[in-house]
Amino acid sequence: MSALLEVEGLRVRFNSRAEAVRGVSIAVNKGETHCLVGESGCGKSVSSLAIMGLLAKGGQRTADRLAFGGQDLRGLSERAMSRLRGDRMAMIFQEPMTSLNPAYTIGSQMAEVLTRHRGGSRRAALDRAASLLGRVGITAPGMRLAQYPHQLSGGLRQRVMIAMALMCDPELLIADEPTTALDVTVQAQILRLLMELQRELGLAILLITHDLGIVARMADRVSVMYAGEVVESATAGALFAAPSHPYTRGLLACVPIPGTIARGAALGSIPGTVPRIALGFQGCGFRDRCALADASCAGAVPVQRRAAGHEYACRLEPGWGERALGERALGEQA
Amino acid sequence: MLIFIARRLLLAVLVTLTVLTASFALTRLSGDLAISIAGPQATSEDIEIIRKAYGLNRPVVVQFGDWVVSAATGDLGRSYLYHEPVARLIAARMPTTLTLGLCGLVVALGIALPLGILAAMREGSLMDRGIMMVAVVGQAMPTFWLGLLLVIIFGLKLGWLPISGADEWDGFVLPAFVLGFSAVPALMRLTRSGMVDALASDYIRTARAKGLSRAAIVLKHAARNAAMPVVAVAAVQLGFMLSGSVVIEGVFALHGVGYLAWESISKNDFPVVQAVVLFLAVIYIALTVLADMLNAFLDPRLRTQ
Amino acid sequence: MAGLLGVLIVAGVALMAVLAPWITPYDAFAQDLTMRMIPPAFMEGGRPDHLFGTDQLGRDYLSRLIYGARISMLIGVATVITSGLIGITLGMLGGFIGGRVDMVVMFIITCRLSIPLILVALAVVSLVGSSLTVVVMTLGLLLWERFAVVTRTTVMQVRTLDYVAAAWAAGCSRTHILLREVLPNIVHHLVVVATLEMAIAILLEAALSFLGLGVPPPLPSWGLMISEAKDYMFFSPWVIMVPGISLFVLVLGINFMGDALRDRLGASREA
Repeated sequence: MSALLEVEGLRVRFNSRAEAVRGVSIAVNKGETHCLVGESGCGKSVSSLAIMGLLAKGGQRTADRLAFGGQDLRGLSERAMSRLRGDRMAMIFQEPMTSLNPAYTIGSQMAEVLTRHRGGSRRAALDRAASLLGRVGITAPGMRLAQYPHQLSGGLRQRVMIAMALMCDPELLIADEPTTALDVTVQAQILRLLMELQRELGLAILLITHDLGIVARMADRVSVMYAGEVVESATAGALFAAPSHPYTRGLLACVPIPGTIARGAALGSIPGTVPRIALGFQGCGFRDRCALADASCAGAVPVQRRAAGHEYACRLEPGWGERALGERALGEQA
Repeated sequence: MLIFIARRLLLAVLVTLTVLTASFALTRLSGDLAISIAGPQATSEDIEIIRKAYGLNRPVVVQFGDWVVSAATGDLGRSYLYHEPVARLIAARMPTTLTLGLCGLVVALGIALPLGILAAMREGSLMDRGIMMVAVVGQAMPTFWLGLLLVIIFGLKLGWLPISGADEWDGFVLPAFVLGFSAVPALMRLTRSGMVDALASDYIRTARAKGLSRAAIVLKHAARNAAMPVVAVAAVQLGFMLSGSVVIEGVFALHGVGYLAWESISKNDFPVVQAVVLFLAVIYIALTVLADMLNAFLDPRLRTQ
Repeated sequence: MAGLLGVLIVAGVALMAVLAPWITPYDAFAQDLTMRMIPPAFMEGGRPDHLFGTDQLGRDYLSRLIYGARISMLIGVATVITSGLIGITLGMLGGFIGGRVDMVVMFIITCRLSIPLILVALAVVSLVGSSLTVVVMTLGLLLWERFAVVTRTTVMQVRTLDYVAAAWAAGCSRTHILLREVLPNIVHHLVVVATLEMAIAILLEAALSFLGLGVPPPLPSWGLMISEAKDYMFFSPWVIMVPGISLFVLVLGINFMGDALRDRLGASREA
């Protein structure tokens, strides 16, 4: 059975010199959470906007395959695309403070999603909005419907955004750093809510984040992005058990994940920043920051398959450095 | 909200009082009124008679107090020229000027809003640049000259519209257009920049993510937020248009308040000048208060505080 | 592109204004009743010795046009200087000192905006008696509010910046900070306002003169030329076209220049 969302060879460029996304492939299955993880500037948000057809002015999208529920999205007109958005595929954003229109009530903004896609009365739409607000854990939903965004806290606004995204029972929810702008305690609540909703509604979630802690809690599958490319893709278990791209390992070394790092050991860091990749760039985008790079990294990068469903793009073959890792772990135990 | 309204009204009253003083001072301090009224041929006895007859021999403070008190009770004095109460003169001329101003506003908004929105939607395109060029050109056009040109074209060459006067509705077409056109550049720039900002905002991305139609995105979500500065400036522009009617009514020989003022100025009929200045200022002040209220109504952040 | 055109237009008119006595083909004030209402040379009935024809009193239109440039430029520049002095002073007071002083400045600006501009200008000119000086002074005293508003806002922005704080810390005097630290950093905004203001002053003078209460005849103000010619415009439209187009082109040039300056200097140009 094919995946709900299939993306192959997605490319996005904003001007003629640089490419923000360089051939990204992702597949999101029904009911699973797929995390797209990477540093800021790696192209993960742009990829998600490109999938939704929400690129800012001047953004050009090409793809070898871009299908949702088997339907090709590439040739779809803006009008046809807008029929899908908010209905079968919904999206929430990083900035809950500014993502709601300050001039309209919560109720009006929620109701228009349903009336747009399903028709029906405004009254019925408001009823559904109220019940969804209750579902996302907002007390006194009837009162909230009449309120304006500025009267709500950031956490509440993000709950409203989630409830609004659920108005038409979408099959796919794209969540672009949904908790980054929120307090840590609120973050946890929102993430728990997303997990509950997914279980209940059989929702597929494409979660964009830079936080590996969130990935560890939420993900079924993970795609690691670097400089506009997916460098490694695996199930969450496989990725944390056997990270295979030097960048993934670098990332994991930066984060204290219980059980993988000993108390008192120094956290790692990756020197340098994500480069801007010029058009026509060849080879591995990570090679300037990679301690293991050699001359061959400037050439074509092979895709290695470590196990079924676990692939990474690197010259190093599966199993590289694992002895060294093992020895380090042993040494730390001793 | 109530405090906001109260403060706004207090400010309006203070401004009105100041303008009242200024318009009085204007006619007293810039020369000897009696000499101006009497005209160049008058002897010094004539001037003395006039001074007594109009009460100009009293101390300035007394004259001022007198004027303020009577102005507050709606008595704006009597015209030297028409020998009629000024209030009645203004009331008789007001419908013409008000019609002209409101039609002008409709014309201005009717041109500025669609073009401004269109330019913002196609920001940076050839159409955007073309529309902004209209604004620059419009700003450079002397209104009275544009009026004369249109009279020649539509009144004389094509014969579609009357050359002057407004006995029928069609007499208002050209003056209203010219008056409105003078307010187009400012309103259009503002509409465009407001819409450009609004269209680039996060809530528009949300609206798109919800799959709303293009019309709903632009006209409902963006325009509502771009409207607030436009409302404020539209009110100000209407005020400017009413005082700009002096020129337009002169060009088209429309007998409104502006024409009355011009006539009174040329014939040294100072009670009328004083009153019209005050009257137009009060209308302007009222319009800005109205715009603030309208904005408070449009912006829930102001309304609910 | 448009900016360059604007500079060329303004420079051309300025040059005309300065050189007027030497480049006019005729005396701009000399009447010749045998040579009235001759159309421009390029129109039917025109004569090559009067390029833009003659007016209702037989005065050479080109010569009057060139002298008119003098009046327009003089009005524009003088008004900008007077209104600039008033507006910038008020704006600096309000923006730099803040508090009560700022409230007073804002109040004065609000009052000024409430006064019907053209009407008061007409009344003042009529009362004091029309002359070039009176028109310049009147416009200068009435057109300062944009200077004040822009100065006030930009001073407020600059006031909080680090280099101003550093100057305070170094013990510089208030005057020193205002003139040496603040003013140079808002001057680009003021230049843009100046162009806008110049355009408005020129248009306003033309309107006043058109209504017969601006520059007194026989001075050849472009607005006055249109006013004097309008009785003849139905038979010979060119009589209002020549001064009208001149006015339009000059103001357009100034606006082009202002827009280009705004883009170049990164200043805002709120109307």
